[in-house]
Amino acid sequence: MSQDEIGKLIQQDYSAGFVTEIEAETLPPGLNEEVITYISKKKNEPEWMLQWRLKAFAAWKEMHEPEWAHVKYPKINFQDISYYSAPKSLEDKPKSLDEVDPELIDTYNKLGIPLHEQEVLAGVAVDAVFDSVSVATTFREKLKEAGVIFCSISEAVHEYPELVQKYLGSVVPQKDNFYAALNSAVFSDGSFVYIPKGVRSPMELSTYFRINESKTGQFERTLIIADEGSYVSYLEGCTAPMRDENQLHAAVVELVALDNAQIKYSTVQNWYPGDKEGKGGIYNFVTKRGVANKNARISWTQVETGSAVTWKYPSCILKGDNSVGEFYSVALTNNFQQADTGTKMIHLGKNTKSTIISKGISAGKSSNAYRGLVRMNPRAEGARNFTQCDSLLIGSSCGAHTFPYIESKNPSAIIEHEATTSKVSDEQLHLCLQRGIDAEKAVSMIVNGFCKEVFKELPMEFAVEAGKLLEVSLEGAVG
Amino acid sequence: MLSINNLHVNVEEKPILKGLSLEVKPGEVHAIMGPNGSGKSTTGHVLTGREGYDVTSGGVSFLGKDLLALPIEERAREGLFLAFQYPVEIPGVSNMEFLKASVDALRSHQGLDSLDAVTFMKKAREACKAVKLDQAFLKRGVNEGFSGGEKKRNEIMQMMLLQPKLAILDETDSGLDIDALQVVAEGVNSLRSDDRAFIVITHYQRLLNYIEPDFVHVLVDGKVVKSGDRTLALELEEKGYGWIESEVA
Repeated sequence: MSQDEIGKLIQQDYSAGFVTEIEAETLPPGLNEEVITYISKKKNEPEWMLQWRLKAFAAWKEMHEPEWAHVKYPKINFQDISYYSAPKSLEDKPKSLDEVDPELIDTYNKLGIPLHEQEVLAGVAVDAVFDSVSVATTFREKLKEAGVIFCSISEAVHEYPELVQKYLGSVVPQKDNFYAALNSAVFSDGSFVYIPKGVRSPMELSTYFRINESKTGQFERTLIIADEGSYVSYLEGCTAPMRDENQLHAAVVELVALDNAQIKYSTVQNWYPGDKEGKGGIYNFVTKRGVANKNARISWTQVETGSAVTWKYPSCILKGDNSVGEFYSVALTNNFQQADTGTKMIHLGKNTKSTIISKGISAGKSSNAYRGLVRMNPRAEGARNFTQCDSLLIGSSCGAHTFPYIESKNPSAIIEHEATTSKVSDEQLHLCLQRGIDAEKAVSMIVNGFCKEVFKELPMEFAVEAGKLLEVSLEGAVG
Repeated sequence: MLSINNLHVNVEEKPILKGLSLEVKPGEVHAIMGPNGSGKSTTGHVLTGREGYDVTSGGVSFLGKDLLALPIEERAREGLFLAFQYPVEIPGVSNMEFLKASVDALRSHQGLDSLDAVTFMKKAREACKAVKLDQAFLKRGVNEGFSGGEKKRNEIMQMMLLQPKLAILDETDSGLDIDALQVVAEGVNSLRSDDRAFIVITHYQRLLNYIEPDFVHVLVDGKVVKSGDRTLALELEEKGYGWIESEVA
């Protein structure tokens, strides 16, 4: 389709025929300009947003799926996927938890998730009035008082177009990579946060408390802007396994930390990893990146236990002098899961500092790779990086790989890299068993000990949940 | 309490124990001595259920149960404790967390509730004090960066906290200086009681000056070749293992 034709298509009002054709709640599989236009219209977006999406789509068409990651999965046919589906109507949803997979409920119970939360997570049709809505309203008012904007990105497109236009794609441009381009073209929804100058967000922001939560779907888009001297801690995800009919997930998260601002972004991700034979499970291809301006600080902390395939590199561009980037990660793979995850620290400014602590745990027949880039640009006088990559193997059928890339173009920069690989040894297990501790508890204790440095970076409550999550995820890892 | 009956054990197809028999009654302290490679440590390992030790014949009963049929953790919960010769490190897992899990597992087996944190801490601090281990060790990773002597004292500290029915000390004296040896011995002696038994595996007589055994058994080539009271240990020290080996041959 030529540019002219696209232009025409955008300008024309929908003919009755066009609307009827796609009136169904779910779009037929396939991706083209019409689909993107439909998504944009459906969300009632302004023209600039549509143009932005179309630009991304044009770039995506010229791009190829990356193949360098240490993961294997069947080739995805992107024309076989439906890119829009309206939230399920109440009638289609399970009526109660009795209709939900008992195994899932079992896991929720092990994680200690309260009943009404279980219902939300499992997609049960619940009455709109339940506890957390009122909680959310209270929170929202408190945030409003502080001047903090926390809403869905769709809402932000309408309410705060100048902020969205200025910053959307400023950290992860539309054509950054294959999946980012795809996300930019078709993103469904996600979060938008703005912290005004000098404000410290009065509470930790969590997607869980975001009001008007529509189903964020498979192409989530998050944009967080911390204005000068502000601070925000943002929590993403939850420990409960999330089921989703969409196998492919490609999210984009952009963080902008202006001068002297600080953003702490914590993720506990537990997408459905597939069954014990490796069937099903989510493919999670995520682009997360932050830009830190002068004296700003960005910390990524992630605990990844889910997904069949994970491809994810939360990164920091340390643009301003004295800015700081941190990456703390625990990635656990079991059964047939594959993870290729790590970070990029791009040092542009003087005296920039970065710390990378990565803990990879592999069990079952899984494969776990750390991939990291530390780049010191010529202007990065006095920049420093410390990297520590530890791998822990459980059993003898799993694999751990480390791919560190280091590029230093400034002779005054200092880069340190430490790496270890260890096994949960028979001696350690035997010691625990001899003290009466059962094998599963023993392994989870050993693994939690291994992850301690990362867990202490998580907000307290999350850290406790993360520990429990590892325990549940490792069930059956020892015979 | 413990009855080992004509036990034969192979390690990697090679026979190590070749007909070991031993009777241990409540309240008794038995010392097992013997030259290197005689099967002393194997005895401790096979009783606790360590992998890689194949029982080819014979049996063991412990408090009326078929010990060898129980999984490792069940044996521990029944009251069997081994102080390891080479205590392994578990980085990042605090001693406190580890011991709490252990104490709770044992209590749950007895149908008791978990100890509350305050009571547990009190007991753990007392146990530390008894073996002259600074309380800071409770917060450190299990054996992580401990010196050889500290590791051994940590084992005894665990024993004091877990109050086993039968404790096996596997060369706990090796690598200890006299002061540490006394501390360890005092710990053991304070636990001696009519309903508790000990098997002290050692290469040297020295430890037995501090922990007085009721019986001394000499293990040679996988069998008890001579048993006696503690004078046997003194005799061994004087004459060496060669004396017994030649006497047996």
